[in-house]
Amino acid sequence: MSRVKASSFDGPDESGHFGPYGGAFVGETLIAAVEELDAVYSKLGKDPEFWAKFDRDLKSYVGRPSPLYLAKRLTAHCGGAKIYLKREDLNHTGAHKVNNTIGQALLAKHMGKSRIIAETGAGQHGVASATVAARLGMECHVYMGAEDIVRQAPNVYRMKLLGANVISVDSGSRTLKDALNEALRDWASNVDNTYYIIGTVAGPHPYPKMVRDFQSVIGREARAQALDEFNRLPDALVACVGGGSNAIGLFYPFLEDDEVEMYGVEAGGKGIESGRHAAPLNDGVPGVLHGNRTYLMVDDNGQIKETHSVSAGLDYPGVGPEHSWLKDVKRVNYVSATDDEAMEAFHLLTRLEGIIPALESSHAVAYAMRLAEKMGASKKLVINLSGRGDKDIETVAKIEGITL
Amino acid sequence: MSRLKKITESAERLGRKLLIPYLVAGDPDNSRTVALMHSLVKSGADIIELGIPFSDPSSDGPVIQRAVERSLARGTSLKDTFEIVSEFRQLDTSTPVVLMGYLNPLEIMGYDVFVERALLADVDGVLIVDMPPRESGELRDKLQKAEIDTIFLVAPTTKKSRAKDIIQRTSGYLYYVSLKGVTGAAITEQESVSEKLEELRALTKLPIVIGFGIKDEESARSMAKLADGVVVGSALVERIGSLNAEGFNQNNIDGCTDIIKAMREAINDLD
Repeated sequence: MSRVKASSFDGPDESGHFGPYGGAFVGETLIAAVEELDAVYSKLGKDPEFWAKFDRDLKSYVGRPSPLYLAKRLTAHCGGAKIYLKREDLNHTGAHKVNNTIGQALLAKHMGKSRIIAETGAGQHGVASATVAARLGMECHVYMGAEDIVRQAPNVYRMKLLGANVISVDSGSRTLKDALNEALRDWASNVDNTYYIIGTVAGPHPYPKMVRDFQSVIGREARAQALDEFNRLPDALVACVGGGSNAIGLFYPFLEDDEVEMYGVEAGGKGIESGRHAAPLNDGVPGVLHGNRTYLMVDDNGQIKETHSVSAGLDYPGVGPEHSWLKDVKRVNYVSATDDEAMEAFHLLTRLEGIIPALESSHAVAYAMRLAEKMGASKKLVINLSGRGDKDIETVAKIEGITL
Repeated sequence: MSRLKKITESAERLGRKLLIPYLVAGDPDNSRTVALMHSLVKSGADIIELGIPFSDPSSDGPVIQRAVERSLARGTSLKDTFEIVSEFRQLDTSTPVVLMGYLNPLEIMGYDVFVERALLADVDGVLIVDMPPRESGELRDKLQKAEIDTIFLVAPTTKKSRAKDIIQRTSGYLYYVSLKGVTGAAITEQESVSEKLEELRALTKLPIVIGFGIKDEESARSMAKLADGVVVGSALVERIGSLNAEGFNQNNIDGCTDIIKAMREAINDLD
């Protein structure tokens, strides 16, 4: 594989571009808001005290560091590389999403905003946003596609318990992308007092950079844990990619380590060839949506296509712009796992390791199993287990015809 | 001289306020969009903004979202939008047509093809709501070479230094967004609109029109007083929504555009 020089990974540039991707494509009303955020984050992001506070919160409230766990029975089952799980599922609220909401809530507070809005697909980011809002005593409104509200009922109730107002979005395909549109409309309408916590490494600059910086704690820890545990870096990293925040969080601190192969696993749905999937990096083209230029799933007329995935958190037609860039420069391999493969991996990990993974993370497990088989026993592979599957048990039961 | 320049200059000479209706291409269908455009001109429209339907209109309120969904349900594309303009041009070669929309359909078509087709269809201006001036360089250059105007928005949140930058890249007219929010919301801060308009006046000789939230004769009149003209979208599109189930009927089409006729009368005696 040909690789670009390490200096290419210093992105984004000042106006938020990763090569041709990224940028800040929003309506004029929101430009002042994203510029203000950029100015605040540029300053705070260089302040060691800000990061010290972030680290303290991650330790005492989230429960970090999350363990790097050797999955012995899964390793034996695959018969190849040693498989380690980065246990983001053990974080408070059950997924990696909280790393980002902790960081953005600190910013919101610093900027004197009283009202938080967020979009959510699987509900994990909504829960993580409602959680930090409750902790800081802030008003919180979460936009969620009507379809996803049905798919992720436990998380909807959890957000309500936390005091958030969950707003059902009935426009378009009634999933994550439509929730994002509605959150952008809310932001434009309430721009003076509102902070928008975007849940992934997409959206207008500075969100892709900022969310990456907050999520990079995953990779920094994994790097130190690997060195501690087996005295060298892992040979391969595997993470699922919807918007791509858990993946960039794991990958980013390793980008300059040439010996570490990386695999971003998109939602293959019913199979890439079926067209019914959510895999823009495997089967999309560059375009502009939700504030950034990136790979998208579009039709010939430039309309955004409806996506399909068994997991609500991956059911999104775009992807973070840095992933688009990492694809083009061939630093990360973007692959896919189908609904069926993810379901199989979900059961397997549950039965072999006593860990119920989120359906999103099950895509990473599915691909990693294939990969581990082909690697020698001396190799080490790290899967980002980005979330736990408690929220998905109803979905899984329903697919298998079981009424709870 | 460009059509937009001709119209705006003559309006200035005559002390006539510009009335700019907005409608979504293909809502309720292509032939009725053309008929609506002609009817709008008869009702006193000076310029027409034609919306390019896009699946994710994140700057638009519910009325225009529904119009876009109606249009897309019939499969209206950017190509259809150009065909609508071409057809309109067969009977009307004097009314400027400005295409308004989101960037992605242009990105997928490719800027070169887009500009070529815009020239062929005889489009006068382009306004892309999610393309800020900073990201607009390539498209704007191509449009400029084709002598098509690029129009940008100025919002209540736009700082003065930025407004200067926007004005430098704008031709045709400057579009001031009357409110913090999406299309079709209510204007609540008329005083701040007035202040902002004065600030913009001091920066440019371009005609300045006000849009977002103009829904009746009263709001048209109060906003037109402050500017060179007004854009009317949701209030018209809401009426077009009632056409949906019916076949072609000229009376019904003129019924939709009556609101523009009434606004024309309401702003005619302003100077």
